[in-house]
Parts: sequence; structure tokens; C-alpha cells
Amino acid sequence: MSDKKTKNVFIQGAISSEFIGDSIAKHQTKTSIGAHNIFLGQVRADVVNNKRVSAIEYTAYEDMANAKFQEIRKAAFEKFELTCMHIYHSLGMVNAGEICLFVFVSSPHRKTVFEALEFIVEDIKAHVPVFGKEIFEDNSHQWKVNN
Amino acid sequence: MQIKIKYFGMLTEITNCQEGTIDFSGIYISELLEILYVKYPSLKNKEFQVAQNQQLVSGKTKLNSNEIVLLPPFSGG
Repeated sequence: MSDKKTKNVFIQGAISSEFIGDSIAKHQTKTSIGAHNIFLGQVRADVVNNKRVSAIEYTAYEDMANAKFQEIRKAAFEKFELTCMHIYHSLGMVNAGEICLFVFVSSPHRKTVFEALEFIVEDIKAHVPVFGKEIFEDNSHQWKVNN
Repeated sequence: MQIKIKYFGMLTEITNCQEGTIDFSGIYISELLEILYVKYPSLKNKEFQVAQNQQLVSGKTKLNSNEIVLLPPFSGG
């Protein structure tokens, strides 16, 4: 899997379980892989002041975000013995219960993917310019903050 | 020279736009921010970072692009 070209990581709307399933299936031909690890970020229906979050609307500074994803990808390949990795992030509206982030790493061995996945997800949360607007059921909103 | 300023996330609620231009003849990012604080006083109370050429920069950085981006705290994932 090439880690050279800058890929577009963004998908409009939620990431479907079919898309995720297809991604897994595509790896059946890569028989040097012995372990996959997957992180799925799901929109949580937080309750704030008795109002429930019904969706998050994501926006991003896309050029910088895609460049950052590329840097993270490069760092992960340098640090860990990965066969391949894939990152997808939603843009636009994603309803509570739907998937907004899909990170998929593969390696010959399990320990590598456990460590790599955490490294990658934490790096994404901290360094990629994506912004989540939490929409409440009454259509008011607040801006999400990552802890 | 004309500098394009882009705003993201909660900052767009202060500026009421996603981008604008300002006429700037200074040297440092901090000078540019002072102009923006006059235009949008509420920006002063907001946490944000500045990006130039897709890199985060400080106020002490010299302006070397005609596009500057203001980024509120990241909340991806």
C-alpha cells in the first residue's frame, strides 16, 4: 500500500457498515497480514442541560487536514511494522449512533496493530483541523470539544 | 497587500462569514490579529490557532502568504 500520495480522507455523511465491511473484505488477498485492528468513532447522544444531541455536523480545513492525515500516516508507517492503514472521516451531518471516523490498521502481528491504532487515533484527535457542531433535538447547537 | 482570512467552526459565528479579505501592510501575524480584533472584538475572547501555508504559526511569525486561516480547537472523531 503506497503511503506517498495525499489521499482525500473525507467522506460526505456517515460511514456505512457496508463500506467498513467491504474494506475488511478487500484485505483477504493480502495474506501476509495476520492481524487487523479497527477504530470506529460513533456520534454520541450526549445530554447537556436536558437537551439531547441528535447529530454532529462536521466541517474541516480540508487541505491542512488531508496533509495532517498524511503526516500521521507517514509517522505510523515509520514507527510500526504495518502492512497497510486506512483513515476515513465524515464531513457534514452524522446522526447519533452513526459512524464518523474509521481507522483501520493491518500488520503481520497483533501487538503492532494494538499500539499503532491508539497512536493514530490520538494523533487525529489532537492535530487534525476538524470541527464538530453538536446539533440538539430542538435545533440549537454547541461546538464539540475533544478531551 | 490584500490578505485572505479564512474562519472555521465557532469562529464563523463571530465573523458571520467563512472568509474575508483585509488590507495589510505589516510584517508579523500578531499585527494582522490586532486588525482582526478591531474588526471582530469578540475574537479576543475565543481560543484559536493560526495557520499559514497549512502550518500552525505563532504571532511572532512573519507573514509570508496571502492566505491566513483561523482555527478554533479541533474536535474531530
